[in-house]
Amino acid sequence: MSNRSEQFSALFDPKGIIVAGASTHPGKFGFVVLHNIITCGYEGNIFATNREGSEVLGRPTLRSISEVPDGAADLMFVCTPAATNSELLKDAASKGVRAAFIASAGYGESDAEGQKRQDELVALAEEHDLLIVVTNGQGLVSTPSSLCAQIVAPYPPAGKIGIASQSGNFVSSFMNLSRQSGVGVSRAVSVGNAAQVGVLDALEFFADDPHTAVGLLYVEGIPDGREFAERIGAVARRMPVVVLKGGTTASGAQAAASHTGSLATDDKVFDGMCAQFGIVRASTLTEAFDCAATIVSQPLPRGPRTAVVTTVGGWGVVTADALSQTSLELLPLPEDLRDHLDTLLPPRWSRNNPIDMAGGETKDTVPEVLRAVVGHPGIDAVIMLGVGIQSNQGALERRGPFYPDHGLERIVAFHDRQDRRYVETATELSMEFGKPVLVATELAIADPDNAAVAAMRDAGRFCYPSADRAVVALDRLNRLHTWRDRRGLPAFDS
Amino acid sequence: MTTTLSEAQSKLFLEPFGLPFLPERLVNTPQQAVEAAEAVGFPVVAKLCGDAIAHKTERGLVKLGLRTSTDVMRAGEELLAAATPEDGTVQVLVAPMVSASRELIAGAVRDPQFGPTVLLGVGGILAEAISDVVVRLAPLTVVDAHEMIESLASQTLIGEFRGEPEVNRAALCAVLVGLSEAITSTESIASIDLNPLMIVDGMPIAVDALVERTQR
Repeated sequence: MSNRSEQFSALFDPKGIIVAGASTHPGKFGFVVLHNIITCGYEGNIFATNREGSEVLGRPTLRSISEVPDGAADLMFVCTPAATNSELLKDAASKGVRAAFIASAGYGESDAEGQKRQDELVALAEEHDLLIVVTNGQGLVSTPSSLCAQIVAPYPPAGKIGIASQSGNFVSSFMNLSRQSGVGVSRAVSVGNAAQVGVLDALEFFADDPHTAVGLLYVEGIPDGREFAERIGAVARRMPVVVLKGGTTASGAQAAASHTGSLATDDKVFDGMCAQFGIVRASTLTEAFDCAATIVSQPLPRGPRTAVVTTVGGWGVVTADALSQTSLELLPLPEDLRDHLDTLLPPRWSRNNPIDMAGGETKDTVPEVLRAVVGHPGIDAVIMLGVGIQSNQGALERRGPFYPDHGLERIVAFHDRQDRRYVETATELSMEFGKPVLVATELAIADPDNAAVAAMRDAGRFCYPSADRAVVALDRLNRLHTWRDRRGLPAFDS
Repeated sequence: MTTTLSEAQSKLFLEPFGLPFLPERLVNTPQQAVEAAEAVGFPVVAKLCGDAIAHKTERGLVKLGLRTSTDVMRAGEELLAAATPEDGTVQVLVAPMVSASRELIAGAVRDPQFGPTVLLGVGGILAEAISDVVVRLAPLTVVDAHEMIESLASQTLIGEFRGEPEVNRAALCAVLVGLSEAITSTESIASIDLNPLMIVDGMPIAVDALVERTQR
C-alpha cells in the first residue's frame, strides 16, 4: 500500500478520531461534527478537545491533544482557529494521526494571507507525513466505518458510490439523492480548494477500494488538463467514473488565427476528453446521480436492443420516442417472443415493442411476461413502466373511512404484495440474466412509501422518477459498454 | 505570439502525414500559371500564396473555376497585382478545381490546458454558427477517430447525400490520425486547419491548409 493510500485509509477508515476544538455551543462546527460522529454510529475511539475541558454532549473532553494516548487515533477533524493549527498538526502527527480534515475558516480562498497560511500548512503536512484536506466545506462520510464526520446532514445509506467533490454542497445533494433512492454511498469527501489532495487523489483511492464500485465527481477548476486526463483515464479503465463539471460555458479560442482554435472551446475539449477516456459526463446534478446509481445497481447491457414493458397506455409511446434520440434501439419484437407473449396476454395487447400489456393482468401475468422478455436472447435491456398503480389506489383506500371493512384490508394487502413482487421479479431476472431492467414511476417521488418504490429502495436499486430519466441512464450505460467493447476491455469487476 | 505558414509551406509540412491534398503547382508568373493549369488539367483554381496571408477568401485572393488559358493568365495577373508589401514574397498556387456539396473542417490545436487536440466539424460558411464539432486529445487511435465521426450531430452529412456516396470513414479517420501525428510531431505547432475538407465522391480532399507556429 502506498503512503497516500495509507493516509486515505486513515481518512476513511480511522481506528480513532480526534475532534479538535469541540464546542458546547450547538450551532458551532465543533459541536455538530461530534454530534454527527456519535449519532451515526462510529465505533472507533472518539476523542474531543476543548480549551476549557468542558463536557460536550455529556462527554468529557481533553484540554489538549497531548492527553490522547499514542496511536489511539489516526484521523483528526479540526475546528480550531487557523492560527493555532500548525502546532496542533505537529502534535497530532506525533500521536500517530495520518489524516486531518480542516474545517477552520481562514485558508486558501479567503485572501493572500490565508493562501500563505494554507501553503505553510501543506508544507508542514508533507513534512509530518499527514494527509490534510483543507476546506471551509463540509467533511467526510464513510459508511463502511459508520463515519459521519461532517458538519451537515445527511448521512446516506451504505452502498458503492464514492463521491469526491470540489464543492461541499454537491456532496450533500448527492447524498440526499442517495437517501431518497436508497442507492447508497461508500465514501464521500469535499476537497474544497484542494490544497494538498484533490478529487483525483480520492478517486484513485476509490479505484482500489473494495467498498466502491463507481466514482462520482464534481469538478470546477482543472489546473492541469493533460495530467487530469491521464489520471482520470487510467481510473476509468478499471472503474466507472461519472463527472459533473461546473463552469462549462467559457470559451477557449487561444489560437486566434485558426478556425480550429476558435471552434475548440473549453467545453468541447472537456467533452471530447470524457468521450475518449470512457468517462460518463453528466450535464445536471440529477443526471450525475442517476448515472452513478444506475451503474451500481444494474449490469452493463451487452448491446442496444431495448424492450419497453408497460402495464398500460401512452407511457410506452413517449418512452419509445425518448429512446429514438439515444444510442438505444427499440427493436421490433422477435417473432418467437411475440408468439410466446400471445399465450400470456389477452388479444388486445400491443403485439409489438413497446409491449403494452393493456391492463391484461392476472395474478401471474406481469412476472411471466417479464421473464419471457428479459430472458429472450435478442433483448439486451428492459425498461418497465406502470408499477405501483394498484398499491397507489390501495393507499387511498387505506386512508379512507371504509378501511379495513368491505374487503378493503385484504385487497389493499394483495395489491401491495403484487407490486412488491413485480419489482422484485424485475431485480431477480436482471441478476439471473445479467441484463439491466430499469423500473420507472413518478411514484418514486410522489409516494416514497408506495409498495413498488419501497421494494426498489429495499433492494438498493434505483427507481427512476420518470421514463425519460431511465432512458438517459440506460443510454449512458450502453455507451459505456460500447466504449469498453471497442477497446477490448472486460466488464468491470464489482 | 504565433505566425502562419503559407498554404504551400503548410502543405509541405503536412505532407509526411498522408493528408489528402490535390496535385498542385506553385509558380511565379502568369505564363507559368497557364503552363501549370495545362499540366494539372482544367478547370483550375488559382490562389495567391505567401507566409503572411492567412485568410485568402476574405481578401479575394482565390480565383475559382478557371476554364481556359486566358482565364488563368488574367487571374495570375490580378492575383500578383493584389499583393501588398506586407504580404512579403508571394507566389501563385494552381490546383485542379474540385467542387463538393459537403464541406467539413478538420484541424488540430494545442489547447492551453489539455495540450494537443484534434477537431472535426461541419465546415462551410456557417461552420461557426452551427458549431457542430467534436474534439479529442492527441494522440488519437483509429477507434477514437471513428467515434469522432460518429459523434457529429449532422450524421445526414456523413451518409449518402444528394446522390453522392457515404463519406469514406477509413479515409476520414486517416485524416484525423494524420493531424494527430502532425501536431504531436512538433512542439512549436500551435494549430493546423484543413478548411475546407471537401467530400468529393465520398473521399475527403483538403483544398486548403494553414499551419500556425508559436514563435520562440
